[in-house]
Amino acid sequence: MNADYLELTDLTVSFDGFVAVDHVDLTVLQGDLRFLIGPNGAGKTTLIDAVSGLVPATGRAEFGGQDLLGRKVHRIARMGVGRTFQTATVFEELSVLQNLDIAAGSGRSAWTLLRRRRGVPPSVAEAMETVGLTELADTPAGILAHGQKQWLEIGMLLVQDARLLMLDEPVAGMSGEEKEQTGHLLRRISADTTVVVVEHDMDFMRAFAKSVTVLHAGKVLSEGSVAQVQADPLVQEVYLGPGSHTAEEAAIVLGEGV
Amino acid sequence: MSEFDTAASRVSALRGRWAVLVGFGVAAVLLFAVAPAVLTSFRLGLLGKYLCYAMVAVGIGLAWGRGGMLVLGQGVFFGIGAYLMAMHLKLADAGADGVPDFMALISSSGVPGWWEPFRSGWVTLVAILVLPALLAALLGLATFRRRVRGAYFAILSQALAAAFAILLIGNPTATGGSTGLNNFVGFFGFSLRDPVNRQMLYFIAAGVLLAMLLLVRQLMVSRYGELLVACRDSEERVRFLGYDPATVKTVAFAVAAMMAGIGGALFVPIVGIISPNDVGIVPSIGLLIGVAIGGRTTLAGPVLGAIAVAWAETSLSEQFPSGWTYAQGLMFMLVVAFLPGGLASLGAVRGLRRKIAAADPTVAAETADGDPAPVPATEPRHAHGGAQA
Amino acid sequence: MDVLVTQVFNGLSGGSILLLAALGLALTFGQMGVINMAHGEFIMAGAYTAFVMQQVLGAAGLSLLVSLPMAFLVGGLLGVLLEATLLRRMYHRPLDTLLVTWGVSLILQQLARDVFGTAGVDVPAPGWLSGPVEVLGFSFPRSRLFILALAIAAVVALSLALRLTPLGRRIRATVQNRQLAESSGISTRRTDVLTFFIGSGLAGVAGVVLTLMGSISSNLGTSYIVDAFLVVIVGGIGQIKGAVIAAFVLGTVQSWVEYSTTASIAKVILLALVVAFLQARPQGIFQVRTRSLA
Repeated sequence: MNADYLELTDLTVSFDGFVAVDHVDLTVLQGDLRFLIGPNGAGKTTLIDAVSGLVPATGRAEFGGQDLLGRKVHRIARMGVGRTFQTATVFEELSVLQNLDIAAGSGRSAWTLLRRRRGVPPSVAEAMETVGLTELADTPAGILAHGQKQWLEIGMLLVQDARLLMLDEPVAGMSGEEKEQTGHLLRRISADTTVVVVEHDMDFMRAFAKSVTVLHAGKVLSEGSVAQVQADPLVQEVYLGPGSHTAEEAAIVLGEGV
Repeated sequence: MSEFDTAASRVSALRGRWAVLVGFGVAAVLLFAVAPAVLTSFRLGLLGKYLCYAMVAVGIGLAWGRGGMLVLGQGVFFGIGAYLMAMHLKLADAGADGVPDFMALISSSGVPGWWEPFRSGWVTLVAILVLPALLAALLGLATFRRRVRGAYFAILSQALAAAFAILLIGNPTATGGSTGLNNFVGFFGFSLRDPVNRQMLYFIAAGVLLAMLLLVRQLMVSRYGELLVACRDSEERVRFLGYDPATVKTVAFAVAAMMAGIGGALFVPIVGIISPNDVGIVPSIGLLIGVAIGGRTTLAGPVLGAIAVAWAETSLSEQFPSGWTYAQGLMFMLVVAFLPGGLASLGAVRGLRRKIAAADPTVAAETADGDPAPVPATEPRHAHGGAQA
Repeated sequence: MDVLVTQVFNGLSGGSILLLAALGLALTFGQMGVINMAHGEFIMAGAYTAFVMQQVLGAAGLSLLVSLPMAFLVGGLLGVLLEATLLRRMYHRPLDTLLVTWGVSLILQQLARDVFGTAGVDVPAPGWLSGPVEVLGFSFPRSRLFILALAIAAVVALSLALRLTPLGRRIRATVQNRQLAESSGISTRRTDVLTFFIGSGLAGVAGVVLTLMGSISSNLGTSYIVDAFLVVIVGGIGQIKGAVIAAFVLGTVQSWVEYSTTASIAKVILLALVVAFLQARPQGIFQVRTRSLA
């Protein structure tokens, strides 16, 4: 087993007394494609915010054997941790090519930075192919469609050479076919990286998750394969309310296979 | 690698490079041949002074237009360069171990210790190049590293200008107080009374300005330039890609400060006086209006705007002293509120600009976008309440 | 002991002046994000209002009392005019508001020079405000005590207004979440205008108070605007209490540094202290936490 895995121990994030992530223990191995699901306010996004250094947290968040907590955002990024955002955040006034080139270049020397980019770096070209934006290389990112921006963000993650990828609702607003493509892409990437996906789209989760963690009120409620999680009465209770539920009810909300 | 290169970008890059070459050629001919031929030596001196302002403007265009840093204290760096040069000239005029005339008049304590190093021309030149950039780097790191909001940085840089002017006025024995330093006789061994030498100074200023434009052009089209724009538009996102935006921004700020310092240093022999009136809050902000009018994100816009505004100030304030203040106020109001891209964004020049800008990534983006406003979206406060800048 | 009492009083007094100058900014800059450089000229307008009122009414005491509401009105109307003509279209680019309002400030200053002349004018204080008050062997200038009292009164009135009145609730709601406020039926346009009216009106009041400190001229605002912004920065965005603490702290620090050095060095040291303070708390004394990526 490779050392490139994410291990959260007792991770806690609180905002002025409100505990958004509550003593979470979580391990995601390399090769896994872990979906974080849970109702709104469960702490999913805050959890990846903490791991990527956006919000301060206590406990431990180890990746590749090193604790990420307390480090600056750009240092964490350089340790191979990449993420996307709920609202696709790209550099709107720069072209697709420029966006990707910047994402690819955090290790560049000052001398390289001060010179003009000649041609397209192979990794950038490859990423553009993969996310299907080659035709739009010189288009300003600001005028891309919503789905295309999300693809661009994923492309940026690819060229960034991240070994831990955290995606925040990557398929929100995508068409069925786009979701499908994204899912297969994530599957491919996850073969030799560690991928964490925050998602509300249950169909998407069911189709592509290798494993699932359910968060509720900042705590881990359930964890396991898709089928295990769907069958968990605690999960059904959170999603459907207390009491016993028929398989049909559960299937409607949590999807087939219960 | 070129197999990935899109044909469009290659063509536009080539065309852009040609346009820039032609532009520099025209500018060089105008500055080095036409201006000295048609202008009287007095007018040429005035143009030299405008060129010094233009040097500051080039830096402002880089830091503000490309980097989104609203630099309101460039007068400080201009002033440091200017006072360093003025100190050296005063000491040189006074001769070895001599005391500058104004000091001898108001105090008998002689030359302050911190003046002494600047008896040396080399020390002075190095200090002019280093000190403004160093101060800017310190202030930049102190604010950008801690993610101080964009508005805070603007106000801090303004407070710096205020403090600098007050400091100068408060120490008349060392700085000439509110009168400043003037009455220079020589410039590195050349007499400033000789018209030939004064023309030489003008040529130096013109050459330095062109060199600065080349430097900034290189910075703008380089990967660094793209990164700087990325920092302007979404600083946090840059962080998540593994860069420290503080460093990126500090470099641009320090380069801008160095350019302001050089502008100030040349201003002194060309104009013959430097006083707190040239470095405080008012002149510091005044330097921005030319940049805004010309087009803050462009290369040539800040230079042309700064020269035009300085020229207008000279001609207008001779005839209507108070009229100029109204005009300046109106320019700030109208240009910034209604034409944030400056004249460069007007439809009439758009076609031309598209050609020139084709190699210039962000300008091309704006043009294609159909949105003339290069809004530095540093603080979308109203969209997000107290969101972080 | 003498020095201590004097310096503490000087600090409080300087702080109260800073506070009056900054309180309106805390509303317009802190709550709305507009960097209004013309705020200083609204202060100047308030001061000249006091001057004009005294020319018209004669009696110093009466004119001072009339000037306070009048200056509030004058400053407020100037602010509303500015907001309605220029700033309303610029909320999405706050840094540019600084430059636009700087233009307004240049024009207002020149107007003042053209109307009132370049020389400073005096607005004599009424008899009941001149001279000192003796307390425990220490003498305090009455005018300074008046300013201190007025600053406190302004803070109390503003906080109560923000907390208790429907307008105050609307302002706070709009600041916290503009879209939500709009969809809850709050006219954010009207709220913006009213916020600007109050903030600018407070500048007018500050102007009246400054006439008690000495003669006034067209550059009255320039000398206070930067310090006032520093107060808001140190205090933290969107918090009146932050501005109050920051004003008194800065006033006290300034009076102590000035006492041990010179006024010009004090400015530099104060600025260095503010920069150093921002290293520890980049968002001021009171910070608003959010997790959104902006």
